[in-house]
Amino acid sequence: MIERTKIILIACAATFAVLSSSIGGINPYYYDILIGCGISIILAVGLNLVNGYTGQFSLGHAGFMAVGAYLASAMSLGIIIPYFEAPIWMPSAEALASDPSATLAWWEYILKATGLICGWLINALFWIHNSIVPLGAALPGWAKFLFALLYGGGIAALAGLTVGVPSLRLKGDYLAIVTLGFNEIIKVIIQNAEPVGASRGLGGMDQQTNFFWAFSFAALAVYVIWNIVHSTYGRGFLAVRDDEIAAEAMGINTTKYKVLAFVLAAFFAGIAGGLYAHFKQFIHPEGFNFMKSVDIVVMVILGGMGSMVGVCFAAVLLTVLPEILRWVAKIESLPQWAREIAENRMIIYSLILIILMLARPQGLFAGWIKKKPRSA
Amino acid sequence: MDKKETPLRMSAPLLQLDNVTVQFGGLKAVVDVSFSIGERELVGLIGPNGAGKTTVFNAITGVYHPTAGHVSFAGKKVGKQPPYKITARGIARTFQNIRLFGSMTVFDNVRCAFNMRLKHGISHALWRGSKVAAEEALIEREVMELLEIFGLHEQRDENAKSLPYGDQRRLEIVRALATKPKLLLLDEPAAGMNPTEKIELMKLIRFVKEKFDLAVLLVEHDMKVVMGICERIAVLDYGQKIAEGTPAEIRTNPKVIAAYLGKEVD
Repeated sequence: MIERTKIILIACAATFAVLSSSIGGINPYYYDILIGCGISIILAVGLNLVNGYTGQFSLGHAGFMAVGAYLASAMSLGIIIPYFEAPIWMPSAEALASDPSATLAWWEYILKATGLICGWLINALFWIHNSIVPLGAALPGWAKFLFALLYGGGIAALAGLTVGVPSLRLKGDYLAIVTLGFNEIIKVIIQNAEPVGASRGLGGMDQQTNFFWAFSFAALAVYVIWNIVHSTYGRGFLAVRDDEIAAEAMGINTTKYKVLAFVLAAFFAGIAGGLYAHFKQFIHPEGFNFMKSVDIVVMVILGGMGSMVGVCFAAVLLTVLPEILRWVAKIESLPQWAREIAENRMIIYSLILIILMLARPQGLFAGWIKKKPRSA
Repeated sequence: MDKKETPLRMSAPLLQLDNVTVQFGGLKAVVDVSFSIGERELVGLIGPNGAGKTTVFNAITGVYHPTAGHVSFAGKKVGKQPPYKITARGIARTFQNIRLFGSMTVFDNVRCAFNMRLKHGISHALWRGSKVAAEEALIEREVMELLEIFGLHEQRDENAKSLPYGDQRRLEIVRALATKPKLLLLDEPAAGMNPTEKIELMKLIRFVKEKFDLAVLLVEHDMKVVMGICERIAVLDYGQKIAEGTPAEIRTNPKVIAAYLGKEVD
């Protein structure tokens, strides 16, 4: 028997493929918002697994998005990263030679050794990137794009693993600060990474993201996370959120689940980043700052932590709402004062958020699909 | 092994505590405690408030690790394993203050306990193939069987925290049983129950022990419950074991009386 959800997923992808060509012709402004919705859904649904289902507060989702965006772009542009020749923060051999009186103290040897090892490790990462890039370059059009997306997602997932493992001993606010720090670190690294344009940003990618890609990946994200959360395996995420001590006592490896949530969320964030980069055709480190992370967190909280429908809805709402307000300000039949109010759209946007949170602190759709009979 | 045999020490003990000490900074919560539980034995652990009963529990289940001495289970040392691994080896527990998964249904609470024995991990959960469907169906059947034994099957889709107090206690026991333990640790199961409920509980514990063929360690405050069902009792006071024996022996032990009632003033 073919699983019902699988049929829905395939049907969705097929529909998107058919619609894609006709939708591509619409007003570019609307098209931009539409693709933005798809990307927001991927981001929000991914973060919902961490913040909503697993109950960990992550504030660095844009960092993972940046990793995906930059690496996918590097892949499609065929950017090879030059290796470090000497340890980064060590005095060069010439500097030492020009001053013969400078002999190295014991701690300088230790520093030098540390620098060398770090340099090698970083070069090893570069080597992996540099040897994967030619593989992608050999692929034809859409396969290269898909490969770039998956590469960006995969490295973002690795980043999720490296952040997740050490920081998951932390809880609540502390974890939020650590992930926030990670987001800033990623941003600063990119701002200083010359091969990907540093703080000038990176452009020149082909616009390969279309309606089909954005929404198929959104459907895939929803499918994967919905399935995993509703399986016996995935009930572990909710158990970790509800009561960690009881979860451990029931044989659930809580650390594994937390890391897994981070890795999956980071993977989808990376994919979303790749899609974003190949739609806007220009990415800038400031586009993946703390505020972007907060935007995604707001989608999750507004949609209701751990409510799939709500989070998708909130992702669309928060992407469309600022634009709707822009449109309201231009309706000529409205009285002048109303249009003037609507012109302060970001203030109204914030007000709407406050009102929504006051009216429904549990989220827009929380407790909506609770009584539905569950299929095993 | 014949079940009708005398319950006192039949073979190698299932659980063995050797000179277990748990120390928090300068405070020794448990000092040099040794005792053992045989297979299919029902042992009680009693003591006044703050005697270290729950600490012993936590040392057995890996929430704390003993600072000295060691715990062995089924002939092997437990060591510094995390709680989930100890659960996988066959020790399940309930909690003094009920710790059900509040956002989940009754059914899902029990389903969680099957997590560690899943044959199909993450990859199958992502792409739900027919094997996973079969496994999920099997788990559903087992969960429902368990729930039916305890009469909770009609509430399967209700939120666990919305059940009446007594049912929540029972559900916690069901959830612990779903991990298929050889040893069940019950932490003050009678707390907050009225006399009728306590009698029900005693029946339930006996029933569980017989039906699932396991050993039970019971931490309890209520003397009636402990004396009523335990085959052997260990008494803790100020972190030390002051007595061990059958209920009749414990009842007349002067040290126990002193600990519980206070000494007579000469």
